[in-house]
Amino acid sequence: MFWYLLLLWGGISAVEVQRPRGVPLSKRPFYEENKPFTCLDGSRTIPFDRINDDYCDCQDGSDEPGTAACPNGNFHCTNAGFRPTFIPSSHVNDGICDCCDATDEYNSGAECQNTCRELWRKEKESMQKLAEIAKEGFLLKQQLIQEAKRGLEEKQTKLGEVQNSKKDLETNVEALRTAKEAAEQPEKEAKERHLKELLGGVDKVNTAAFETIWSKIREKYVSEVRTQTPSSNTDGPAPVETPQEEVREPVSDNDSEPYPDDDIPEEEDEDEDEDEDEDMDDGDYKVTGFDYILECLPIFTKSLFSSAAQKARNEFEEAERALREVDDQIRNLEKEISFDFGPSSEFAYLYSQCYELTTGEYVYRLCPFNRVSQKPKYGGSETNLGTWGKWAGPEGNVYSVMKYEQGTGCWQGPNRSTTVKLTCGKETVVTSTSEPSRCEYLMEFTSPAVCQEAPDLEVSDIHEEL
Amino acid sequence: MATFTEWMVPVLVVWLALCLSGTWAVDRSNFKTCDQSSFCKRQRALKPGESPYRALLETMELTNTRLTLQLINDNNKVRLLLELYRLQGNMTRVKINELKPLKPRYEVPDVLVREPPTEPLSVLSQDENGVVLSLGVESQRVIVSAQPFRLDIVEGHNVLMSLNSRGLLAFEHLRMRKDTQAEPEAENKEEADTAHQAETTKEEEEKVEEGMWEETFKSHSDSKPNGPSAVSLDFSLPGVEHVYGIPEHADTLRLKTTDNGDPYRLYNLDVFQYELYNPMALYGAVPVMLAHNTQRTTGIFWLNAAETWVDISSNTAGKTVFGKMLDYVQGSSETPQTDVRWISESGIIDVFIMLGPTPKDIFSQYASLTGTQSFPPLSSLGYHQCRWNYNDQEDVRSVDAGFDEHDIPYDFIWLDIEHTDGKRYFTWDPHKFASPKDMLQGLKDKKRNMVAIVDPHIKVDSNYKIHNEIRSRGFYVKNKDGGDYEGWCWPGNAGYPDFTQPDMRAWWASMFSYDQYEGSMDNLYTWNDMNEPSVFNGPEVTMHKDAVHGSWEHRDVHNLYGLYVHRATMEGLIQRSGGVERPFVLTRAFFAGSQRYGAVWTGDNAAEWDHLKISIPMCLSLGLVGISFCGADVGGFFKSPSPELLVRWYQTGAYQPFFRAHAHLDTPRREPWLFGPENTALIREVIRQRYTFLPYWYQLFYHAYRTGEPVMRALWVEYPQDPATFAVDDEFLIGRDLLVHPVTEEGARGVTAFLPGKEEVWFDIHTFQKHNGAQNLYIPVTMSSIPVFQRGGSIIPRKLRVRRSSACMEHDPYTLFVALNTRRTAEGELYIDDGHTFNFDNKEFIHRRLFFSNNVLSSVNVAPEAQFTTKSWIERVVILGASKPRKVTLITADGHKSQLDFDFDASVSVLTIRKPSMNAGEDWSMALQ
Repeated sequence: MFWYLLLLWGGISAVEVQRPRGVPLSKRPFYEENKPFTCLDGSRTIPFDRINDDYCDCQDGSDEPGTAACPNGNFHCTNAGFRPTFIPSSHVNDGICDCCDATDEYNSGAECQNTCRELWRKEKESMQKLAEIAKEGFLLKQQLIQEAKRGLEEKQTKLGEVQNSKKDLETNVEALRTAKEAAEQPEKEAKERHLKELLGGVDKVNTAAFETIWSKIREKYVSEVRTQTPSSNTDGPAPVETPQEEVREPVSDNDSEPYPDDDIPEEEDEDEDEDEDEDMDDGDYKVTGFDYILECLPIFTKSLFSSAAQKARNEFEEAERALREVDDQIRNLEKEISFDFGPSSEFAYLYSQCYELTTGEYVYRLCPFNRVSQKPKYGGSETNLGTWGKWAGPEGNVYSVMKYEQGTGCWQGPNRSTTVKLTCGKETVVTSTSEPSRCEYLMEFTSPAVCQEAPDLEVSDIHEEL
Repeated sequence: MATFTEWMVPVLVVWLALCLSGTWAVDRSNFKTCDQSSFCKRQRALKPGESPYRALLETMELTNTRLTLQLINDNNKVRLLLELYRLQGNMTRVKINELKPLKPRYEVPDVLVREPPTEPLSVLSQDENGVVLSLGVESQRVIVSAQPFRLDIVEGHNVLMSLNSRGLLAFEHLRMRKDTQAEPEAENKEEADTAHQAETTKEEEEKVEEGMWEETFKSHSDSKPNGPSAVSLDFSLPGVEHVYGIPEHADTLRLKTTDNGDPYRLYNLDVFQYELYNPMALYGAVPVMLAHNTQRTTGIFWLNAAETWVDISSNTAGKTVFGKMLDYVQGSSETPQTDVRWISESGIIDVFIMLGPTPKDIFSQYASLTGTQSFPPLSSLGYHQCRWNYNDQEDVRSVDAGFDEHDIPYDFIWLDIEHTDGKRYFTWDPHKFASPKDMLQGLKDKKRNMVAIVDPHIKVDSNYKIHNEIRSRGFYVKNKDGGDYEGWCWPGNAGYPDFTQPDMRAWWASMFSYDQYEGSMDNLYTWNDMNEPSVFNGPEVTMHKDAVHGSWEHRDVHNLYGLYVHRATMEGLIQRSGGVERPFVLTRAFFAGSQRYGAVWTGDNAAEWDHLKISIPMCLSLGLVGISFCGADVGGFFKSPSPELLVRWYQTGAYQPFFRAHAHLDTPRREPWLFGPENTALIREVIRQRYTFLPYWYQLFYHAYRTGEPVMRALWVEYPQDPATFAVDDEFLIGRDLLVHPVTEEGARGVTAFLPGKEEVWFDIHTFQKHNGAQNLYIPVTMSSIPVFQRGGSIIPRKLRVRRSSACMEHDPYTLFVALNTRRTAEGELYIDDGHTFNFDNKEFIHRRLFFSNNVLSSVNVAPEAQFTTKSWIERVVILGASKPRKVTLITADGHKSQLDFDFDASVSVLTIRKPSMNAGEDWSMALQ
């Protein structure tokens, strides 16, 4: 008599199929009345009256589907009117209502209401809403995919053009270099003489050590400068949907340029990859930093750098700069073309866009595939919450989460980082931000690009059987 | 760029190192060394030798309860009054105060549970240089020697303990200030030396030394209006090589000698990022030391709440094992001896000498003085999930849901300071915790609880009710000039209520009533942090010693402050339920007697392997001095643990009394499911193991409450005659029946556990493998291994149906684990009550003795006068080390007999008896035939 489901409760429905408590219909054949029961893992066979007798005989818990006796068992909530589910056996008769049909609390004294139909009604409503959104979103997504396709073609064309123009520039640079070197020879000799005199004969220089020191000085110096000067990229009020690249293109000469006062360490790494020589004059902060050093070390005078060869040098550098710009352009184009914008490039439209959300204290700014930042609403400097890292969704849904990493460091903590969760929406907006863990931010972001083909509104797993 | 020559590089490197680097460690310069604490320096400068103190035997008075006797310091003729009491339960109390102090000296109130009952002393013999008193018990005597004064407590021919045998008794009598403040700098020694000495002829002039009348440390000055007032006394312990106790220090279980460094310091301090293995003071202070050898355990309880330093030296400390052997062979060995010396800044000498002779006698002796561990609600023995901070109600909800999702039990979720409205305790942040009752109800619906922090520093803010009330009632501690003392703490400028005042404590307690503490409910409990007290801008991050508590200086009461905060809070929680519900309050600062008020933890540790290791001796030391409910922040508070360290810490913490994970605000989240499915499974498994043992933990706490015996025990407590156990602090016992050797080494492949007891056998609780005692056992380990053994001869009741929280398991059935010893017997207990009220004090409980002998397992009632009923029943009996019976017969209380099914696993000799089904509260027996 222990095991009859609900019979003790006076019978709720006529369609009930008799089986031991907690067994789903699909497994009913394994529990044949009054026949020896073999544990579902096959480990042993026990008399039928040991099923649901509140003692765990099977290692897999299959003999106690309706009690809490087995540590690893599961109880099947039929949940007529809603969807069936399994709960851990440990939730059976623990005084807490888990199944919406209240069947898990048959002997605990807990008074549970059957809430299945109400739950179903609510879920249906919200699913309908979601389905509508998904439907419209999915349409928008198709447009995005088309646009991305066109955009990609344009970029490939442009890349071809730029690559051609590069060849001309290279020829030009070589010609000017020869001219410059010829003009520089006298000056170079003078400089070496000068240096030897000043340093009293010291001609061995520990350049490796110097480099270490130099980079630290620069880091420190630049970070001081950064905290003093207001951020330079406050070029528009929210919402910022203007394509940044267009605004910035004239000044852009490398790919992190839009944020000149952040990301110095990364930028430096890139510089070292790119620049074979040690020229210290490309980039504002370097010039400033260099001036600083010159002040500290008066043995060097700026006079060293002014000479009759200046003109040739200028011309050469001008040409070189033009070449670099073209290189950058090529790099940027190649980068964008090869970027992982999703299976159908549906996320390409987010590239070089920024989206803001203003909360009580801060303005949060998400520039997809670039960086996330936070700025106090009432003045104060911007904090980098991470630069683009990777798609980081779970397997099978990789494009549902973006990860931004290596933001500004925290005291005794990690570098700031941001996880962006994408959900389907008609509009592209940041809907919430939070900081679940110190310096680890979470952003909710909606975009049509995440929308999947609208699910069938006739939700099929509504469950009426008992 | 050829810009830098080599000579410039080092300069810049240094400059950059200073600018760019940070080191991780305590800033020692924030805390005093003995040399920087003027009284310690003064007292420590005294060297052993002839004591200037002489007992004036002609002043001796003996009454029924005590002996009094005057002592005179022959150097300055100041007289002291010695009181000697024989206390019930084999203790001797020695009290020394000035005979006529200029003003009263502080005597610590509220720590002793009552005036200790005395037994008569009698004079056995007396001559001009001494008196011999009988202590009543056996052949115990106290010998009072007159010149120089010393006390020897002897039994038969053995000296158990000597006082002032090294002549280090010192008592700085209160005196008038001689320079009458003409020069605030009291450094003019010549002038001061001419000072008069009120009631004595001048045999030796009192020297005024630097630091006697004013003392500065860093930028803080201590005005010391009462001048020098230190007290000091030495104790010699012949035959003793092992001393323990005097927590709280981050050090080994066995105390070290202090000859080559600072003494152990007892001064409650908020030490930021404390270092391990040193004698620096920490958050709490219990001035109790235990001394042990194979013959006897004794204890010294130095009842003084001022800053205290304890020096330990030993005549064998420097000797190698070989040297000791040589002594033995040559017969030239001197008796090993440990000498200790206590130095306190103010107050009197009031010392309780506990004479054992067994460790358990010491526990009951000390418990008779300061009380026992409060009996905690069962739920507080479950798992606690804490973090600075759970950000808001949604965060709490989602963490709570995470435990269900991952099927991990827990009982308490904690809120740190950020839950308040601007660090105003008793309030809630209006945005993040807008509806605390909804949140608490949500937890209550799952039979879970919450702890919210309430610290003793009160924001000075005229819009804050608590502050206004305390100010208007004059309840704040005062500064030396009579105004309210203010210091910096979390809220910024803060006042510190004077918890030493009974009416302040009563008012504070009333603030916990449901109508006062808005948003509180009966499943909200309390955590007192920062109650050393922590004052960010105070000397040594605490209160100025010249702050004033009524008629006493903070100097006198410092180490008591935290105890009073804890007590008042606990009383508040009891009162809010009308005295029905047991409270749970966690404290960081503590003193002797704090065990009566709740739990303690070892403060702000760090996510480092050594911090995991030190949690064992730190809690063992606390257990020895009565504080059983101890734990360390699982995972480490500062810094971020590797998954391996985190898992190992859970595995260790699950077998320590107070089991709470905690993390600093600046560390990444570390809820148990954030480290991948494998680590989640490991953590789930160990938390579930904890829950299966809850019945055992609970009955151990019941015992701790009744007897004062520690729950988490040093091995030597149970094996007092085996010297191999004396210094063990990488493993421990829970009660006497579970031995735990946690894995505390990174990358460990195995551990070597010492299994104590020549007669014992130990059963691995996971594999049921049997091992003999008195051996070092190498145990290979994997990440899932937690070496835990059940002692043969014990019966441990467990509940193997682990649920969401302990309350969900209330009616669940028991499995009895019967581990047979070599005589094939076993014994255990089963204690059951409602788990949360004081009704057990009205005999509402079940207490049964379970024993197995002659192949019969029985349950008998050991508290027939008690009444309680339970729905729990016995679902299974597992007998370890059994042989296969032909049949198993259950005989119930009404004489009914029935045959039981069973399984026998011959490979490990484990008999599992299936579903005997009798109610856990009934008489029954079970025969194996």
